[in-house]
Amino acid sequence: MTMASSAPQDPRRTGRYVYATAVFLLCAWVLGPLYLLFVNTLSSPEAVNSFPKAYVPEFNFESIEFFMEFAGMTSALWNSIKVATLTMIMSILVGAPAGYALSRFEFKGKETFRILILLTRAFPLPLLALPLAVLFIRTGLDDTIFGLALVHTTLAVPFAVLITFSLFSGIPMELEEAAWTLGCNRLTAFIKVVLPLILPGITASAIFAFVISWNEVFAAAVLTIENRTLTAFLLQNLDTSALHLKFAGGFILVVPALIFIFAVRKYLFAMWGIANR
Amino acid sequence: MAEIKIKNVAKNFASYQALNDINLTVSDQEFMVLLGASGCGKTTLLRIIAGLETATQGEVWINDRRVDHLPPKDRGIAMVFQNYAVFPHLTVFENIAFGLRMHNHPSAEITKRVHRTAELMHIERLLKRYSGELSGGQRQRVAVARALAMEPDVILMDEPLSNLDALLRLEMRAELKGVLAESKTTAIYVTHDQVEAMSLADRISVMNQGRIVQASDPVDIYRNPAEKFVAGFIGNPPMNFLVADKRPDGRWTVGGQPYDGPSCAENTLDFAIRPEDVVLAETGIKAKVNVVEPLGAHLLVTCDVNGAQFRATLDSDANIGRGDTIALQPQLDRIRWFNPSNGMRQSLEKNDV
Repeated sequence: MTMASSAPQDPRRTGRYVYATAVFLLCAWVLGPLYLLFVNTLSSPEAVNSFPKAYVPEFNFESIEFFMEFAGMTSALWNSIKVATLTMIMSILVGAPAGYALSRFEFKGKETFRILILLTRAFPLPLLALPLAVLFIRTGLDDTIFGLALVHTTLAVPFAVLITFSLFSGIPMELEEAAWTLGCNRLTAFIKVVLPLILPGITASAIFAFVISWNEVFAAAVLTIENRTLTAFLLQNLDTSALHLKFAGGFILVVPALIFIFAVRKYLFAMWGIANR
Repeated sequence: MAEIKIKNVAKNFASYQALNDINLTVSDQEFMVLLGASGCGKTTLLRIIAGLETATQGEVWINDRRVDHLPPKDRGIAMVFQNYAVFPHLTVFENIAFGLRMHNHPSAEITKRVHRTAELMHIERLLKRYSGELSGGQRQRVAVARALAMEPDVILMDEPLSNLDALLRLEMRAELKGVLAESKTTAIYVTHDQVEAMSLADRISVMNQGRIVQASDPVDIYRNPAEKFVAGFIGNPPMNFLVADKRPDGRWTVGGQPYDGPSCAENTLDFAIRPEDVVLAETGIKAKVNVVEPLGAHLLVTCDVNGAQFRATLDSDANIGRGDTIALQPQLDRIRWFNPSNGMRQSLEKNDV
């Protein structure tokens, strides 16, 4: 060992150090804030506001309990779930057939269509939210779960289309054709062959849509007043709250999204791997 | 009874003409191979028969029934795909049973048929496995079993062996021929491999640039190519071509030697002979040896005859080296003549081959 350390540095070892450092920094970048959020949420209000900070959670649920009893909190949580679920269903119902069409059929303007789908993401939401608010007030969609879900669906649909497009493209056409020669029509072949193969991916992209809606705050804040979602509700109330409550609010927001993403991580990586085709 | 008639079928992809006025009849229980280089339209033709592609014009008849407007499921066909297309989410048993279930056969009948075809293809032990747990050869067996279990009128195969390694391909080829002869099914088989085509086919349709150049039995295709294209495509190495000039007496000069040939208006013809149909002789076509490849049973000798490449497979005892000049004598009844202007074979008047 002494010989090895006195010898000139092996470039492979240097490479390994750089690699390890990079991995550490990237992990710290993601996990550090999450850990601090976790510690401060599960600490007593006194501990959060005192100095020096604790780095080990006390498992004090005071802040969380306070939060759950906060007026309007549960209804906001419930609204968030409803909006996100509706977004999830609508974006798959719209996105999956579009993805199938993009993957299986040749039609005029196909490439333009693909680019247009991406372009919808080029408009900053504030630009859209105000005209939308006016439009929604005129049509009576303002401050409704459905109206907000509609906006979130437009945000989630591009992802749903591109993700399902690559999922469908990953299923060889021959499988469908084989099913046709074996007695299926287009629909039964889809149900019996394509759907079982793509279902995990569809689930992943549905949950992705759910998370997009869950985390969206701007449209939610502009378009709802009474029926606030959790993000809008927290944005409105946390500003003036004590530090420990801010932590608790953040924690409640982050955890469901984290759980969802963790549950479908395998598919997310898979579809991102092929989504940039 | 399953006779297939293809009448005037053409297919255009945008401005590109993939198939051009195809007429073909495949008789009952016949094994027809569509042979051609990639891009010649053979797979497109197969897919039109299957109903996976729509012909721009023309008719497809199976069993005296016009089927070109019907979806694949109503044509009485089964297909084996190049990449097997075994459903990955189903077991081998369910894969083979898939078509039978779609046609609502009673379950006892399904079990019986699945076991029978699995036995035929030697995959009984794999019935509970998924396609991910199978080798390429096993997947191919499942794909064939799935098609056979349907007991179709016609079985269509699109290069089914091309993804297998050489040894397995040889084994599957013989097996496929046996199984299909047994099943008495009419078969259309697409391949670019001429050895495969020769060994399997009752009849071969050689295709080139969207048309059928010649449809005949393998030996006839080999011996009597209808066009220069077929002569240059079939055989490994393919036929040799030399320029023949007409002499005043009506005979033809080839490599300095006079030969009897067709009497026709042309002043030059292409003289064609297979490499194995020439022998070393005292006098004959003068050839300068460029490469000698010993192949065990034969020597493959590549020579130069008046600037044209000429290959001969000679006896391996022949003592020939690079740079030698040899005289080659063709076997007279194996000489074929082609018209250089249109590539068609020029028949001799007397025996009219």
